[in-house]
Formats: sequence, structure tokens, C-alpha cells
Amino acid sequence: MSWFNSPKTFSKLLNVLENILMKNAILIIIGANLLLLILINVLKPTEVVNLEQEKLKQKYAVKPVASVDHSKLPALQKKFQTPQDVTKACNSCHTETHKEIMASAHWNWERAGYIEGHGIEFLGKKNVVNNYCIGAKTNEQACAKCHIGFGMFNNDNYNYSNQNNVDCMVCHDNSETYMKGASMTGYPDRTVNLEKVAQSVGLPMKSNCGSCHFYSGGGNNVKHGDLEEAQLNTTRDVDVHMAADGINLECVDCHTAENHQIKGKLYSVSSDHFNRAYCEDCHTSTPHLNEMLNTHTVRVSCQACHIPLYAKVNATKMDWKWSEAGKLKDGKAYETEDSMGNHDYMSIKGSFVWKKNIQPDYVWFNGTSDHYLVGDTINSIPVKINSLNGSHEDLNSKIIPVKINTGDQIYDTKYNYLIVPKLYAPEKGDSAFWEDFDWNTAAMAGMKRLGLPFSGEYDFVQTVMYWPVNHMVAPKEQSLSCSECHTRHDGRLAKLTGFYMPGRDRNTLLDTIGKWLIILSVAGVVIHNSIRIFTAWRQKKIEAKVINYHET
Amino acid sequence: MKSTNKVYIYKRFERFWHWAQAALIIFLAITGFEIHDSINIFGFEKAVEFHRDASIGLMILIIFAIFWHLAFDAWRQYIPTQKNLLAQIRFYTYGMFKGEPHPTEKTALQKLNPLQRLIYLGFKLFMIPIVVVTGLLYMFYKTIDVNNVVVISHFKLESIAVWHTFGAFLLIVFLIVHVYMTTTGHTYTSNIKAMITGYEEIETETSGDESTTTPDSDEADNLTEKN
Repeated sequence: MSWFNSPKTFSKLLNVLENILMKNAILIIIGANLLLLILINVLKPTEVVNLEQEKLKQKYAVKPVASVDHSKLPALQKKFQTPQDVTKACNSCHTETHKEIMASAHWNWERAGYIEGHGIEFLGKKNVVNNYCIGAKTNEQACAKCHIGFGMFNNDNYNYSNQNNVDCMVCHDNSETYMKGASMTGYPDRTVNLEKVAQSVGLPMKSNCGSCHFYSGGGNNVKHGDLEEAQLNTTRDVDVHMAADGINLECVDCHTAENHQIKGKLYSVSSDHFNRAYCEDCHTSTPHLNEMLNTHTVRVSCQACHIPLYAKVNATKMDWKWSEAGKLKDGKAYETEDSMGNHDYMSIKGSFVWKKNIQPDYVWFNGTSDHYLVGDTINSIPVKINSLNGSHEDLNSKIIPVKINTGDQIYDTKYNYLIVPKLYAPEKGDSAFWEDFDWNTAAMAGMKRLGLPFSGEYDFVQTVMYWPVNHMVAPKEQSLSCSECHTRHDGRLAKLTGFYMPGRDRNTLLDTIGKWLIILSVAGVVIHNSIRIFTAWRQKKIEAKVINYHET
Repeated sequence: MKSTNKVYIYKRFERFWHWAQAALIIFLAITGFEIHDSINIFGFEKAVEFHRDASIGLMILIIFAIFWHLAFDAWRQYIPTQKNLLAQIRFYTYGMFKGEPHPTEKTALQKLNPLQRLIYLGFKLFMIPIVVVTGLLYMFYKTIDVNNVVVISHFKLESIAVWHTFGAFLLIVFLIVHVYMTTTGHTYTSNIKAMITGYEEIETETSGDESTTTPDSDEADNLTEKN
């Protein structure tokens, strides 16, 4: 009961220890060395293996082997006259698969969704506009290059229930020879050997998905910025997942599909928080060995830190001004190029700004988005072609990296809505802007197809569009360091306000008061000490005088 | 008649506690203001890591110190008193310039003058609790997640951080003044020497009858014990 009442025991113990140490230099040296060893071990950066990640690598190192070799199937051993004949041959075995396809967004170009303020909308290329070639409607014949069907003309008569028009090959060709022709209503290029393609089908490869998703907007990497042809054969520095010298994943490894309903969304055409593909699907929400980093995942998306830059190989289009389109040289359309060899002006499209190695912008995002739909009134400038919902207060929101694309588009000044002009026609005189360079007729033709009035008065209005950046994940060594956000000085999240972030934010009043408290206390100390020195010095002088007096 | 005595004032644990606390608080201040992005030494990531580790060290030390204060009745040293308070203030602002003696005698039983009692009590009951409590809130701050339980989202991080910084500023001011005040003993360094060795040279108006021997530490502990 008394050990803590007797500091003597404790003190004695320490004394004994002290004596031992004082009398045994050897022990001290051993002890010091031990301490040094411990310090070295503590301070040395240790590379701990992340077992979960090793498991993933193991899982995806084994590439799937097809259970059927289509080149051996009798149904495919024949000369195909039309691509529809190939589809029929596919259907002869995969008898019901077309039903899955015809229920998919890839086929319908639309998806039912609920948008706050709009209600239930069948959102898709039919009714959204974008910040690039504006709208697919009125331009189907060209845009059908990215529709998984055949025979889509510039009219409303496309038969979405004709199963023979499903294009199986564009997604399943493993020979890398299939390609759709330019402005051929979705038909393959005439050079394609249909027999060869039909006999080499398999799981979609990067090149299949990429044939549309890399080139959307009319060229490589135009739209996304983080999806482009370089990823077909790239290094880990560019994209750890798709790297040829890395795990070399296919798109469908993450964007898995059940019954042809593919996981993952892009918020240029989607609006709801459903069937999304997440990094967490493989990596979990606590992938780091460092607990401090894991707590970040509650409000910070993986992409925010792990995609420091996008458009790392080829440039992407950041700005597109339609208002500049239509200039002619000697009555002819012309094009100019920027220093990277990309068009910075085209008479048919306007002027562009391309950028490479871009730091993303950052926004709060909760998985839902709003869209400017055809016919909506313009109520803010720039017009938000899409807007990502989310805020710090919304607990389902996370910070995500985005590409912000700006530009301007034609709009009806009287009815105050954006115009979807008719851009493409096979030849002149059909009101298409790309042939006739007349906004008036192109606007009239386009709006007529949409069933909306055109007042005849038009101008251009600034527009903006948000593209979540999800690919081009960098090796972990290149992911953001803490101080790229946790800094007062122009950090990456400098524009995101409404919450307190250590390192970035401070209470300026408190800091000023604190600073002055420190300055005043130092000053007080210095002044007090000066008086001490001065009075002591005078005292000495007086004492000396007194002594002198006594002596004399 | 003035003379100096060597008196055993600070016991071994007290000295260890004092210097360990000093080192931890200074280290926490450096790393803390690096997290605040006022200075740049270790880099943000390391600063956060060190600040967390050191804070755990400080909290363990504080638990030991509380135990020690209770076990050995040392907390009584901090009971505030009005006696000599004004005299002490007068001494620091006037008397010491005139070479007057300290108004409060320093002994092992009464280590602190009335002004020190007040300030140190404020340190223990106000400054340290502010940074420790807000520090713990800061450390376990989490917002809600679909899968996570809410730990603390009732307080805004900003208010936690502001109070934590406020406590830090108070501690720095305390540190500056405290370090300076140690030079106001019998000589400039006698107070610091005392905190290192345990023995302090104390200036006394001797009447000649009191023992002026310097007991070794064991005996000093015994004396305290008996008293």
C-alpha cells in the first residue's frame, strides 16, 4: 500500500541506476549504440508491402482465356455481304443477346434518370447538348460513327427495335481491324474484312472502347483529356492501370458489365448516382497503410490525389469558340495549327485552345448532376452545359478533379435558349453550316428538326462544361503531397471554400492577436532586462563610489 | 546580513517532468506552427506525424504528472494566495531594479511565489487543457460517411482549430516570459541550474540559527517526506 508513498524507493532505484551508469562506461557505450540503432530503425523509411494491393495485382495478372474460339464456328465460315449479315450470324447462337443490347444506353443513346428541377428525363445524345459539336440530333449521319448500330440518317426514322442493325463487331472485334466509316450512318468502312472480324470476336479490348471514347468530339483526346489513344500502349507514368509495362488492364476489367449494362458513368450525359464504377470497387475505401490518409477518403475522392495531371501525352481541347467559325480565305474554308500541331482554328468549327499536362480543377461532387437540356431557358452566364452537384455541407459529396471546358455557342436572343444548328450534310445547299457557313439557315434547319421555334435573331453566349477526370492515375510516388493542398499559398484547393482545412485556413484575427502577443512579450522582456542591466550598472557605480569614499 | 544557501528544491521526477514537458511543448509548437503553415522545417506530412506522436507523449507525461502531484501532495504548491502577491508584483516591476531582496522565500515546501502560483495554476488549468482538449477533438475529428460512425461532427473543425491555435499562442507567450523570469533569481542562471541539479542558491536574510547544510538528495527527500 505504500510504494507510492515512498519516493525513497524510486529515488534509490534511480540512484543505483545512475551509479551503474557512471561506473560502467562499457554499459553506456552499449546503451548509446542501442539507442542509435533504435533511432536509425525508427527514422528509416520502411517499405511495408500492401497485401491488399498485391492480391489485386495477382488477380489481374491472370488474363481471361476465351472458352470459345469463334474462328472454329461453322456459322461464321462464310462470306458476309452486309454487316447486318454478321449480326444475324451472331444472333444464330446468341439468340437473346440483342435484347440486352437494345436495353442499353450504348444502343438507345439515352438513359432514364431523375434530374432535380427537370423530373424524370430520358437523358442522352438526343436531348443534351455538349460544349464541342453541340448536339448529335440533326447530325446523326456523322455522329452515328459512335452508335453501336447501322443505318442512322439525319432524320427521326431510325428503327431502334431492329435487332439486325445492332453492331456487335465495334465492341467485340479482337482483330483491331474493324472501324466505322466517316459519315457512313454507322456502317463499317468499306475496307473492313467482315469474315476476319466475325471470326475474331471476344471480350472488348481497349481499342474497341477507345474507338469511340478516345475520339469523341472529333479527334483524339478532344473531350475527356484523360482518355486517349496513347493509353493503348503506354507507361505507368501515364496510367498505372492501362500501362503496357504495368498491369495492363482492359477497360472492361473495371467497367464490368452484367447483361451488357456497363458500369460507370460520365456526367456529360448522365445525371444520377447509380451503377457507377468506383476505384473503391477494387481498392476499398481504406486502401492506405497510413490511417491519416485513409481518413481523407471520407471527403476526398481517390482521383483527387492520384491524378496530379491529365492529358499527359497528347493535348486536350480546353476552349472552343463557335463564334469564330465561318471565316473564309478566298471563299474557302481553312485551318491553322498551334505549336503542338493541333488545329487552333477551323472555319467549320471556330477557334480552339489545346493544353497538355494540365492540373485538374477541383469541385465537390455527390454523384448527381444537372444538365442544360434542349429548349431550356438560359438563366446564368456562362451557360452551364452540365453542372456537378455537391458541396461541403452535403455529406455524400467528395472532392473530385475535373476538366473544365469553356467556350461559346450560338443561341436564340429572342427565345433565350441555345440553338442546336445543323452542322453536317453530305453536300452544299442543305443548310448545313459545315458546307454553307450560314448560321441563319443552319440554326433554322437544326431547330426545325428539334421542333423548337427559331426567331431568326442569334448571338453567341459563353458556355462551360465539367468533365470528371477519372483516368491517367499516376504511380503512387507522383500522387499529391500533403502541402499541395494544405498550404496558404495558392494550393490546389484554394478555390474550394466553405470549410476549414489545416495549413490552408486560419483565423486572421486570432493570428494577428497572437503575433502581437508574441511581439509584445518579447519587447516586454527586452525592456525589463534593459532596465535591470542599467540599474545594476548604476548601483555598481554608486557602490564603487561608497567604497572609494571609505578608503579615502 | 545577506548570505546564500544551497537548498534542495526540485526533486528528480519534477526535474524530468519539467524538461520533458518543455521539450515536448517546444517541439509541438514547431510542428504545430508548421501545420499552420507559418514555418517550414519538416514538411507538412512529417510535421503532422511528429505533432501527433509528440502530443501522445505529452499526454502520457501529463498523466504521470497529475499522478505525481496527487500522490505527493505537490498540488498544494499551486493553491493561490493573496499574501505577498502585491509585494511580488512590486518586486518585479520596481524592487528588483533597486536590488531589493525577493519578498517570498523559496523552500522545498514553498517553491512558488504567489505570482507564480497564479500563473502556473492558469497554465495547468487553462492553457494546457485548452490545447489538450481541442487537440483530442482535432485528432479524432471525423465527418460522417456512409460506412463510418460519426465521431465528432457537432463541432466545426474551424472552431476546434481556432481554440487550439489560441492555446498555442498563450503557451508561446508563457514560454517567452517564463524563460525570461528564470533569470530573475539570485543570479541570472541560478533558477535554471536549480531546475537541472535540484539545488538552488537562495539569498536569505540569515539569523544564523537555521541549518545551512546541503543535504544530499536522499536526505532532502526524507525531509520532505517527514514534513
